Amino acid sequence: MSNLTQDTSQQSAMSFFLTAGCDSLPHALKKSFLAAIWFVFLTFPIMVIRVDTIDKTVVWRWENMAYIALSIFFGSFVWRWLLARKELEKDETKGETKIEALLTVIQTTPTIKFSLLCLIAVIAVVAPLKFTFLGSKLQFFDLYQTNIMVSCLVYVVLGLGLNIVVGLAGLLDLGYVAFYAVGAYAYALSNMHWGLGFWFALPLGAVLGTLLGVLLGFPVLRLRGDYLAIVTLGFGEIIRLVLENWGEVTMGPSGISKIARPGFFGMKMSIIDSTIYMYYIMIGLVIFTIFCVNRLQNSRIGRAWLALREDEIACQAMGIDKMKTKLMAFALGATWAGMAGVVFAAKTTFINPASFTFWESAIILSIVVIGGMGSIRGVIVGAIILILVPEYLRDFAEFRMLLFGAIMVLVMVFRPQGLISAKRKIYKYKASNTASAGNE
Amino acid sequence: MNNPVLNVKAVSKDFGGIRALDEAELVVNDKEIVALIGPNGAGKTTFFNCITGIYTPTSGDVLIDPTAHGNSIRINGRKPNVVTELGMARTFQNIRLFPSMTALENVMIGTHCRTKSSVWGAISRNKATRDEEQAVIQRSYELLELVGLGKFVNELASNIPYGKQRRLEIARALATDPFLLLLDEPAAGMNPQETLELESLICQIRDQFDISIMLIEHDMKMVMSMSDRIYVLDYGRMIATGTPQEIADNPAVIKAYLGEDDDD
Repeated sequence: MSNLTQDTSQQSAMSFFLTAGCDSLPHALKKSFLAAIWFVFLTFPIMVIRVDTIDKTVVWRWENMAYIALSIFFGSFVWRWLLARKELEKDETKGETKIEALLTVIQTTPTIKFSLLCLIAVIAVVAPLKFTFLGSKLQFFDLYQTNIMVSCLVYVVLGLGLNIVVGLAGLLDLGYVAFYAVGAYAYALSNMHWGLGFWFALPLGAVLGTLLGVLLGFPVLRLRGDYLAIVTLGFGEIIRLVLENWGEVTMGPSGISKIARPGFFGMKMSIIDSTIYMYYIMIGLVIFTIFCVNRLQNSRIGRAWLALREDEIACQAMGIDKMKTKLMAFALGATWAGMAGVVFAAKTTFINPASFTFWESAIILSIVVIGGMGSIRGVIVGAIILILVPEYLRDFAEFRMLLFGAIMVLVMVFRPQGLISAKRKIYKYKASNTASAGNE
Repeated sequence: MNNPVLNVKAVSKDFGGIRALDEAELVVNDKEIVALIGPNGAGKTTFFNCITGIYTPTSGDVLIDPTAHGNSIRINGRKPNVVTELGMARTFQNIRLFPSMTALENVMIGTHCRTKSSVWGAISRNKATRDEEQAVIQRSYELLELVGLGKFVNELASNIPYGKQRRLEIARALATDPFLLLLDEPAAGMNPQETLELESLICQIRDQFDISIMLIEHDMKMVMSMSDRIYVLDYGRMIATGTPQEIADNPAVIKAYLGEDDDD
């Protein structure tokens, strides 16, 4: 009996897979067939025809056409199945997937949370070191990977900073890279002219970022939505153009080189050692950022940001000063960009305006949106995916950016709210039974 | 005789060539429930927006006196958040809660202008901030209990039933510590039973918090039974004012609502 039910459930799962999103199997077959033909047509010029310019011949690669037709034909079944499953999940639960449920369990069980954090901390600390374990030499990250991790952590900080502006306060800022550039140039120039060290430049970069955030915020924050996005985009470009053309001060497009790496009580360090040192500095900065952003978002000011994002008019009618609140978000976001800029300059020891193009702003914004707006864990995961995936895909050469784009599209189709969506804090209060009794 | 807490003097509001409010006058005395009624499009919500700072009146004066002791403040042209800080809190006709925040957080937003912890306080989480936060949570929870939302505390505002959302808006407005509560159609979309409960809630709020209440409402039964005085607005003009009985017998009001009888 049980065997039979299992059989039918398997049967129905199979038929669900085959006919997901369609009326019947012939309909599904027809749909997949049409999709296959369409893709063959679309990819014909790049996948089938190949012009050999040396021999002056045209090579027809018909076998590619067959591969594409077959893969699209079968792939379309999977695609429709995934879409249908997503729809079903939306109906059944209130958007809480298994992964999110697991995260909630981790979050609410102190022992699991604590041990997990310890595990992450231990891995993070020992990863770049060479050590001997049970007689075998181990090293998780070599120099190359430590370097990648440092830039990934820089983007985590940038993402968390932009998360304040975009994710919490809902201000679409497309010129975030400007503050990053200001931090980097603040360190590079002060180091070149006055020999200022990294540890003095870090707070300096933060302060300059904040000041510039306030300065830019005053005129710009009267705008909202798309208008704000365009003006901040323009501002980002202005900063880059100034850096490029004001040669006497910024050294122009040739940039500034020989920027000092961070010092450690005047110790001389090899490149490997200083990269590892840089890695630990970044771990520290990331922890500091998470600490601050977490506290901010669950504070009086964090709630005001959220309210501002949700409904500006209601927010003002509840007594929140719109300008002041927006300005605070903008300035705080810029603070972290300034710090990240200083670290970036110290890490690469060379900067030029080409590092601060709109592409950087777009990547940082993608980290926030794909990771999950307003969610710290989401932004961290987003940064890891968006920075590490292109790095590790280097083997795929020219398909690297194609795959990168495909991953972004997939995330937006299946998780439009971001990989890990933000959760509201549950506040603790003392329930008074008398008051509730009166209302029943 | 105490000073009126709200004194609106000849306020007009033009939108281009259209005069939405034409020298409207209105007075709210201390601890009074005043209703503003009128046909659709009469300018009631525009009137609300003018006195709460969302619009700036074209002419006229809006004077408030939070303590009712004779020192009036002129508030037209002030920003909405300043008006709220001075003590006039409102709700909206089309509910404007913060949908992805919990009910408790919605009410906590209301306390924003009465609290003052800063960025440094938030990051360092010092004793003053922690105490303030705890007091805010407690007070917000009590307000939720008062309006009968005790079991929706940690529910997202968008998941709360419609009638309860209006109550949540009232709780949020009360959290700003107002001397005058402005309710824009609080009973819209409620069934008779809910309207009755709302009526007793509003009276309870007036007595418990010692505040004045002004409301726009279409439900005549509710307006007649609970208000101390009624103003009638039609085409931007105040056409009548008086006690519920006087308004019910006023021919100008009947004309505005039902139209003129040509046979007379």
